[in-house]
Amino acid sequence: MESLSTFEIIFQIVWRFWPVWLSLVVAGGLSYVYRSRLGLYGHLFDTSVGVAGVLFVGFWVFTAIFAGIIAPFDPIGVVPIMKNAAPGAVDAGSGEAFLLGGDKLARDVFSRMVFGSRIVLVIAPAATAFALMVGITLGLPAGYYGGKIDSTLSFLANLVLAFPVILLFYLLVTPGIIETPIPYSMAGLFFVFPIIFFVTLFYTRYQPRPMVMWTGIILSVVVGVWVWVSLVSNEIVVAALYRVGLSPLGWFFDLPVFKVISIEPGQLNIFVAVVFASSPGVFRIVRGLVMDIKTRDYVAAAQTRGESPWYIMLWEVLPNSRGPLIVDACLRIGYTTILLGTLGYFGLGMPPESPDWGTAIKDGSQLLRLTPWPAIVPAIALMSFVLGLNLLADALREESLKD
Amino acid sequence: MLTFLLRRLGVMVLTMLCLTIVVFFLVNLEPNLRKLSISQTNMRATDAQIESWLVRNGYRDNFFERYGAWLGVYPKQPNIDAATGEASPRFRFCDEPSEARFSGVLQGDFGCSTKFKTTVGEKLFPALVATGWLMFYVMLVMVPGALIVGVLAGMREGSRMDRSLSVASIASTATPEYVSGIIFTVVFASWLGWLNGSAATATRSGISFYNFTLPVMTMAIYGMGYIARMTRASMAEVMTAQYIRTARLKGLSFNAVVIKHALRNALIAPFTVIMLQFPWLLTGVVIVESMFRYQGFGYTLVQAASNNDIDLLLACSLVSVIVVLVTQLLSDVGYALLNPRIRVS
Repeated sequence: MESLSTFEIIFQIVWRFWPVWLSLVVAGGLSYVYRSRLGLYGHLFDTSVGVAGVLFVGFWVFTAIFAGIIAPFDPIGVVPIMKNAAPGAVDAGSGEAFLLGGDKLARDVFSRMVFGSRIVLVIAPAATAFALMVGITLGLPAGYYGGKIDSTLSFLANLVLAFPVILLFYLLVTPGIIETPIPYSMAGLFFVFPIIFFVTLFYTRYQPRPMVMWTGIILSVVVGVWVWVSLVSNEIVVAALYRVGLSPLGWFFDLPVFKVISIEPGQLNIFVAVVFASSPGVFRIVRGLVMDIKTRDYVAAAQTRGESPWYIMLWEVLPNSRGPLIVDACLRIGYTTILLGTLGYFGLGMPPESPDWGTAIKDGSQLLRLTPWPAIVPAIALMSFVLGLNLLADALREESLKD
Repeated sequence: MLTFLLRRLGVMVLTMLCLTIVVFFLVNLEPNLRKLSISQTNMRATDAQIESWLVRNGYRDNFFERYGAWLGVYPKQPNIDAATGEASPRFRFCDEPSEARFSGVLQGDFGCSTKFKTTVGEKLFPALVATGWLMFYVMLVMVPGALIVGVLAGMREGSRMDRSLSVASIASTATPEYVSGIIFTVVFASWLGWLNGSAATATRSGISFYNFTLPVMTMAIYGMGYIARMTRASMAEVMTAQYIRTARLKGLSFNAVVIKHALRNALIAPFTVIMLQFPWLLTGVVIVESMFRYQGFGYTLVQAASNNDIDLLLACSLVSVIVVLVTQLLSDVGYALLNPRIRVS
């Protein structure tokens, strides 16, 4: 079998990523030129840690976007002759090389790593966004009102936090659970929070302008319900609804409008489990921030003006706690990526042929002694992405402390 | 102080009850019970066989009665043969009694492991001892290492040493166990051949440097960065305090100031962080033990969860929840004891 030299491998990998380099140069250059007008993001370019963070994260974001152009092979396509091929082995059929070798099922490790970034970069930020929504919507009243609300919500949050993450995942992400209503109703519960959040947001601010208010409220409810129904409306749910005699609901869930975006039941399950595991952390941070900020003078001023409590929470307290929240969100995306990797490593939730990094690490680690590359490549990918996010969080923390 | 402790203990018991009910509910979901029944009968069991196994072994009894029986506040029922009405023990391999009696967690009976065909206690306690050794060595490496790195980085904020150590700590927090474990195994076991890539021999023939270094290193690295960052922040804060400036101005050397004056106060905050690392280490234990084939608590948990071994899984969750809650309590109490400015209320 023909094979490339080390130098050729490195050259070809660098060359393969050309759309990423181009976008990094364009996006990075533009941000650098206009950095003084970009607020907190612009300040990142003042420190080397910040620049490194932006580069690492930007690299993976653009890799996920251009995965189809970068990867020479199908991530789940099998080229039988290339089983456990060494890095640089050339596939005679297509003339392309397996740049980082082949795995035990004769798939291209490089292409899998590139496509794996897509799964990770969609689920991790989305799950973090939901965890933030849940944590903020519950943390604001807990910190602001204190008392009974606070003790009840804190007890619930501590309850979830006392659950070891790995046990929670084993219980919530078992294959059987997608036949039960648990993941779908939990997903529904999590979708309620963004809807409540946005409805309250519009309601408290735009009461003098009913047009804007009602547009906002209706839009958030419609979009929220549409996304939730789209995510949960798979064959299992529709069949179950017909079986228990809720056929109108089953018919509604089966409408083509809800097929525009869809998600595998296993992935929905992962999503739900990750949001569940990470919202109490956000809750605790928000609660602490609110308790600190509600003693400030501008909150007292708003109270004297006669503003409603929810207006103060959403339009006075929340904007002023954005610094720590942005830092936490960055760290949390990284942590969620690690959690996704853990799930993949234990073979939970993801389909077995999925190219996501955790699953790839699990598959590769079985033959580590003979062929290390199928495990090492996704491991380094995951590490570099999380490292970028952590560097970003560190730089943002330094910057927001300066203000 | 006493009322504080009593209230905390009350909340702890309530938390444990809530969590075990949740776990009990989840392991008793229909798909999980079917999985258990199939693994206990045979792969080609018909629906009727699966159902009869579940009925015979009491898995179809009332949910709360069964939870109560596990807890020890409701008598545990033996199997009753439907035809003869004769009572027999549920699982022969656990010497369960053939008459109904109170025998739950409160009485010290953790139940019967369907996967390992033995009592839960007999399986779980050796595993906990094995994991205890792993944790001990991890702490032995992680805590001093992290504190030294943190103090060195924090004593001169903004210096070159601070920046390079900080980046190293950030990198270590970005390296979960399944990443560092693989890299270490490839480098130290496959490539250099210095260390053993499997800790299976540690279970059989004792812990040695050769078979235990990689698991310990893998686990220590991930937690180390976080503790080091916290120590650094705390140290940097202390170094700007007035009494440090006074000590410097009265002519003490920099080293003397750091060791005698700064260190004691800078180590209070990391204490909490170190205590709160234990729950985190639980996940690490599960990953590292499956990766290096070490038969401890994490391995037991994985086996229990993937076979839906109800009693074993409940015992595992009880142990993990106790670890989490006790470390939280210790960190609160210890923080108050270490820092006289904090009062427990």
